[in-house]
Amino acid sequence: MGQISQVHFVDVRIGVVTFPGSLDDTDAARAVRYAGAEPVRLWHADRDLRGVDAVILPGGFSYGDYLRCGAIARFSPVMGELVPAAQAGLPVLGICNGFQILCEAHLLPGALTRNAGLRFIHADVRLTVTNAQTAWSSAYRAGQALTVPIKNGEGAFVADEATLDELERTGRVVVRYTDGALNGSSRDIAGICNEAGNVVGLMPHPEHAIDPLTGPSADGLGFFTSIVGALTGAGA
Amino acid sequence: MSDKDTVEVAAATPEVTQPYKELGLTDDEYQKIRGVLGRRPTAAELALYSVMWSEHCSYKSSKVHLRNLAPDADQSRYLLAGIGANAGVVDIGQGYAVTFKIESHNHPSFVEPHQGAATGIGGIVRDILAMGARPIAVMDALRFGAADAHDTARVLPGVVSGISFYGNCLGLPNIGGELAFDPCYVGNPLVNALCVGLMRHDDLKSAVATGPGNKVVLFGSRTGPDGVGGASVLASATFGEDGGKAAKRPSVQVGDPFMEKLLVECCLELYAADIIEGIQDLGAAGVACATTELAAGGDGGMSVDMDTIPLRDPNLTPAEILMSESQERMMAVVRPEHVDAFMAICRKWDVEATVIGEVTDDDTLTMKWRGATVVQIPPRTAADGPVYRRPLARPENLDALQASGPERLARPAEGPGLRAALLQLLGSPGLADKRWVTQQYDSRVRGNTVLAAPEDGALVRVGEETGLGIALATDGNGRYCTLDPYRGTQLALAEAYRNVAMTGAVPVAVTNCLNFGSPEDPAVMWQLAEAVRGLADGCKALGLPVTGGNVSLYNQTGATAIHPTPVIGVLGVHDDVRQRLAAGFAADGAEVVLLGRTSPEFGGSAWAGVVHQHLGGLPPAVDLDAERQLAIVVNAAAAAGLLASAHDLSDGGLAIALAEACLYGGRGCAVALPGDSFTALFSESAARALVSVVPGREREFAALAAEHGVPATVLGVTTGDTLTVEGAFQVPLTELEQVWTGTLPAIFG
Repeated sequence: MGQISQVHFVDVRIGVVTFPGSLDDTDAARAVRYAGAEPVRLWHADRDLRGVDAVILPGGFSYGDYLRCGAIARFSPVMGELVPAAQAGLPVLGICNGFQILCEAHLLPGALTRNAGLRFIHADVRLTVTNAQTAWSSAYRAGQALTVPIKNGEGAFVADEATLDELERTGRVVVRYTDGALNGSSRDIAGICNEAGNVVGLMPHPEHAIDPLTGPSADGLGFFTSIVGALTGAGA
Repeated sequence: MSDKDTVEVAAATPEVTQPYKELGLTDDEYQKIRGVLGRRPTAAELALYSVMWSEHCSYKSSKVHLRNLAPDADQSRYLLAGIGANAGVVDIGQGYAVTFKIESHNHPSFVEPHQGAATGIGGIVRDILAMGARPIAVMDALRFGAADAHDTARVLPGVVSGISFYGNCLGLPNIGGELAFDPCYVGNPLVNALCVGLMRHDDLKSAVATGPGNKVVLFGSRTGPDGVGGASVLASATFGEDGGKAAKRPSVQVGDPFMEKLLVECCLELYAADIIEGIQDLGAAGVACATTELAAGGDGGMSVDMDTIPLRDPNLTPAEILMSESQERMMAVVRPEHVDAFMAICRKWDVEATVIGEVTDDDTLTMKWRGATVVQIPPRTAADGPVYRRPLARPENLDALQASGPERLARPAEGPGLRAALLQLLGSPGLADKRWVTQQYDSRVRGNTVLAAPEDGALVRVGEETGLGIALATDGNGRYCTLDPYRGTQLALAEAYRNVAMTGAVPVAVTNCLNFGSPEDPAVMWQLAEAVRGLADGCKALGLPVTGGNVSLYNQTGATAIHPTPVIGVLGVHDDVRQRLAAGFAADGAEVVLLGRTSPEFGGSAWAGVVHQHLGGLPPAVDLDAERQLAIVVNAAAAAGLLASAHDLSDGGLAIALAEACLYGGRGCAVALPGDSFTALFSESAARALVSVVPGREREFAALAAEHGVPATVLGVTTGDTLTVEGAFQVPLTELEQVWTGTLPAIFG
């Protein structure tokens, strides 16, 4: 994949993990470039984060997702490095399958289950930013409206009532589906973060909304410029 | 018997009765095999010949006609590899080449819709992969029985879920295709899958086994008992009156898209390492086909030790191993010194790989199993197969069909009747919103999809910096082809060509999937011959090469064949996808212009079919020169930034094009119709398009159209939230939307 000439890299290196069956890794790497950082490819079988400043777990069907989405990826060697690093504050963004993996790895609460209607859904949806304080959402303002695609078969976020209450009470819902969740997510939750705000999971795909030529908008780019800003001290 | 049926035993026991008929071979074919070998075949050899000589693999009934599609010099200017290779390769400039092909998976998709359709995607993707290309997108052309027919409720959701499951998990954007309904497909749904791949010019791979001593490696999934005889007993025979689904279900393959994804990445890394001499995908006829075709394409023979083939079921007989169509397998020819590196790359991707034999210099394909020789044949005799010149006869009922034209059908003349007809068409299953289907497909993965369904043509970016892209469309119209297969095929070609042109791309190459009934019926063979002749003449007139194709015969149940349904795919090159045009009205106050000439042509039209359940008369006239000029005008206008939208006119004519342009763009228009309102709205004259012009550029655009002799009729202007046909009727967009979106969810849930 060529690099676009008009972008000037700042000194931010963001890892993009490729598991067997990862599909949106190229797209996540492109979004990192569009945001002005350097994408670093990380391999599932390597116990090595290559000194990156942040990590993205991209969408796809890791290991085929024949068991439970993300259930096998969670045990891969790279996750053995990533989990303690995330607990120590390394910014991590999980998109779709990446969100599923973060839940399986217990870096985020809850789980993603089969869509209401039991069919795969690909659609452009409207989102509302509800937490613009995290490392991955600071380029937005609270209440901002975004149009970003969803594409998932198991995207219905579920958690027990106490956890959902806790997520809402502590502002850990990062984005919500504005017009209701097509996939049946509890309380229209589209994305959440951990207590520290460095680990974010999103069911929608912001990497597919970085250029109106290939997506419904460029609204998703903010997740990637957020982290670049947070890491360079320029944003937030 | 098959356990011990070695070459020696076969030579000594000529009297043994063999089940060649059950395997789909005729008496003559069986005798021919005995003649070639000078003895009776072993059970394994019989299995091998039965699949290789099946209609599906050998094209024995269609070959004499397909020769007409070979491009001449003028058509070949974009071509790097043509018919005969696994798929044709087209030069698209800037050092890039593209390969694309469409293939049927009709019979399996009827028997087991989910896996049948899923493995259709898997198979065509491996075809493209075997050319050395990275698969970058897929499309599906789907045809089912009436939407409300009982069996469609089983077949359609299964097919769509299979495509969704396999394609999404494989990570290839599904960028478009077709969805059509007609009672003729109820027992024979058509599931045609297209894949397009991208490579650099020097990455082209070939399916040949050269160099004696080179190793033959089988890699990917293990060989199991699924899909045994899929090519012969399933794809090359008609279904009985009972449908015969249950008995043939074991002949359907089972797909594992995750393994296919690993196989794709593994192959691309093997190509990059430049350690492969030849490569072949395993599709129809599995190991039998891959070994014979690799050996036949090379300069010698091949010896295979079947005991080394990794099996999912150790009890498989040699015949079953050869005929198995287990998915996600490839076969490569590798120099001995490269085998270690080959294996290392396979290990990295967790892909099982096994050396199963080597290339020999004796012109013989030899296979050993448990110490004895069970196959010993000249490979070209299996790979080439018989060629039939089957009898042709113009269908007896065709004159009557063409004579019973649509002229006598009651036509609305006044506003309310025209409005009702528009809404009836817009809400008919074939023209209604297809999101029930397309929402189940990922069209965005890989991040280069610029246009996807429901746009006329799909558009994929190839060069991120330069904006180079490719456009693709598939079209077919079985109703037109029933009335006149020659003209109907040219209309399908013209529509796909026009759809590609609407994006602003230049059409450069053609592929095809020819879906017909039984070749043993002279009327069907006549339809096939006429369709191929129409395609060949059409491609010559447009200056486009046919880069490959696929034939699916025996799409009939009992004596009832489907409509002859050639599906034509056209590939275009877009210089700069940032200048793409979409079908929806994109700006307010833009002049709405109809390009092309409209005549009263209703034979085979959507109006006749939907409103009157009528099929008769002649399809619209073909004018390929007009198609060419139309494409040139739209292309030049797109490059110059003169147009805000472009939408081709096809099924349902101007009425449907106007409604779609309003719905896609979310804005209305006010238009006045020239001449007879009914003809203006519902005629399906070809070589027409509906465009809207960027405000301020009207005179430039009019001059451009005039320069190329393309009639341009100003109809009105985009405005408001109502489709207004002056003096006739108005429909609010909300009503259009309701009618358009309600149909498929109401039927399929």
